[in-house]
Amino acid sequence: MKHLDEYRDPQLVARLAGAIRECVTRPWTLMEVCGGQTHNIMRSGLEAMLPDKVSLVHGPGCPVCVTPIELIDKAIAIAAQPQVIFTSFGDMLRVPGSHKSLSDAKAEGADVRMVYSPLDAVKIAIANPSRPVVFFAVGFETTAPANAMAVWQAARQGVENFSILVAHVLVPPAMEAILSSPNCRIQGFLAPGHVCTITGFRDYEAVAAKYHVPIVVTGFEPVDILEGILMCVRQLESGRVEVENQYGRVVCREGNAPAQQTVAEVFEVSERTWRGIGEIPSSGLRLRKDYARFDAEQRFNIDIGHVSEPPECISGLVLQGVKKPFDCPAFGRTCTPDHPLGAPMVSSEGACAAYYLYAKA
Amino acid sequence: MAHGGGGRMSQRLIESVFMPLFSNDLLDTRHDGAVFTIGNADLAFSTDSYVVRPLIFPGGNIGDLAVNGTVNDLAMCGAQPLYLSCGFILEEGLEIATLRTIAESMQAAASRAGVQLVTGDTKVVDHGKADGLYINTAGIGRVRHRVAADRIEPGDAIIVSGDLGAHGITILSTREGLEFDAPVESDTAPLWGPVAALLDAGIDIHCLRDLTRGGFSSALNELAQARNLAMEIDEGRIPVTETVRAACELLGLDPLYVANEGRFVAFLPASQTARALEILPHAAHAGTVLNETSAIVHLRSISGGNRILQMISGEQLPRIC
Repeated sequence: MKHLDEYRDPQLVARLAGAIRECVTRPWTLMEVCGGQTHNIMRSGLEAMLPDKVSLVHGPGCPVCVTPIELIDKAIAIAAQPQVIFTSFGDMLRVPGSHKSLSDAKAEGADVRMVYSPLDAVKIAIANPSRPVVFFAVGFETTAPANAMAVWQAARQGVENFSILVAHVLVPPAMEAILSSPNCRIQGFLAPGHVCTITGFRDYEAVAAKYHVPIVVTGFEPVDILEGILMCVRQLESGRVEVENQYGRVVCREGNAPAQQTVAEVFEVSERTWRGIGEIPSSGLRLRKDYARFDAEQRFNIDIGHVSEPPECISGLVLQGVKKPFDCPAFGRTCTPDHPLGAPMVSSEGACAAYYLYAKA
Repeated sequence: MAHGGGGRMSQRLIESVFMPLFSNDLLDTRHDGAVFTIGNADLAFSTDSYVVRPLIFPGGNIGDLAVNGTVNDLAMCGAQPLYLSCGFILEEGLEIATLRTIAESMQAAASRAGVQLVTGDTKVVDHGKADGLYINTAGIGRVRHRVAADRIEPGDAIIVSGDLGAHGITILSTREGLEFDAPVESDTAPLWGPVAALLDAGIDIHCLRDLTRGGFSSALNELAQARNLAMEIDEGRIPVTETVRAACELLGLDPLYVANEGRFVAFLPASQTARALEILPHAAHAGTVLNETSAIVHLRSISGGNRILQMISGEQLPRIC
């Protein structure tokens, strides 16, 4: 299959792994930012192919994992309102809030529906004019354009019963937060390929220069990831610091301009608290004033009461790459995909889920 | 909903609620069907219920699934399926024309599978209570060859009968209105034919399992657990059509977890692998049972790396980005 098989070719994979082994003379610690990259590394067993000197640290690039628990609780409270149709990507349904998940709320009778696109949620709103329809707008910069488009279309078509619960997060501020931490051991980054498809990678040049770290925009297939690691390690070995683009078949420096314009029209940068990590300045998106009427948080004035996370959950440390899932005492015991304590065990981009699914304990 | 997914949660529901109450030697084998002797006859007995939505889809309908599903449960006991019962729960308002289409399919499927529908029941429930139609079938067959999890041995070859994922992707794409360039249709089919062909050729099949909800992964993990033997699978050897693979990639699903309605795995002596593959031209040698007491299914990925093939939790949910 085009654009798939070539990037999974075992001979090419073996050659790249060999090239990394030959090139490395010192220990290096790299972070792959995106949870999708983490999953594919685990799924293809790539870590075992790397020389011991190269360590991979898993990053916070799992939007489901970093959505603040308050928003999960709000989502559940909104879904429980009479007549509300609450729509979401499938991945959010199992994430535990303070007391339950959206999936639990569905089992208790809330009208919670999985959709593949926010535009489907707009269609549902048009088909059900007397019912409030809410879409859980979760994601990094990757999903923001489609969500912006959904709001823009709803505004144009007068679909006033549609609203979104915004939980968007941005990657560069998160990378800066990690790099500014005094305990940061990350020496190079594999930047998230699909985020950069939208945003381009101009914003990463300042980060690379300021913190003196190589950044390689990397795809998701085994060949992409190994090539990204090779490019990063070559920079480190030669003392270069640049932003390079491994994922050239999809990503260009300027990104997708119409997508960026759509986002800029509907959203603006805001503060955002990241679950398990805390507040990172200017790391989120919110609806602009002209579209504020589509903000579900304003439309439904919900009091969620006390928010609580299980004390044993160390997802924040896992998301920042400080701990690995196997370091968690609850891993595989009190925390499994069937009864997760936190989001990373249940998200298809969560590091804990990747370890549970693919790694031998 | 996750309790119906065929994975760990289904298992847990059965173990915690039903097994303690109904436990007996036959049920405790936890096989798809019960095998017992009455007089001189070794018989297999099985039941299955069908609640699929939509009722009609490319490649078949709920009626085909209802007949083939129970026929296959019996075939997986090494038994020639003979007689089926059928219970219909009809939703008020179901079109008679739809019911007739489904019944005609059932008659054709029964004929193809060589079984007779010999007893049945019909009930009607209020509008809104049955998704159109629910069907239960139960079946009796004559055991021809003893197959069981406890017959699986280290070194056994693991054969998969054909390409995976077609049924689940068909249902999902029909439900969600997704279309693909190359049409995909359900693989629903009776499996006694291929099983009998293997037995006729003298293959000493140790164990059989069809790959319904939870897919290939659930079947292998259940058997690895039942026998406490590790298994090793080569992902590159498992056949998946281009269209199914593309659909799975698009939706973030893994074909090894997707439901099939006309596919099975067979465990047989390694020495008979080549002969089995001659008998079943679309089959593939997917892996081997290891000489290791652990219930882990190891997988060698297409790219050459290694990982484990974990049992799915509830249902696979398509990813966000």
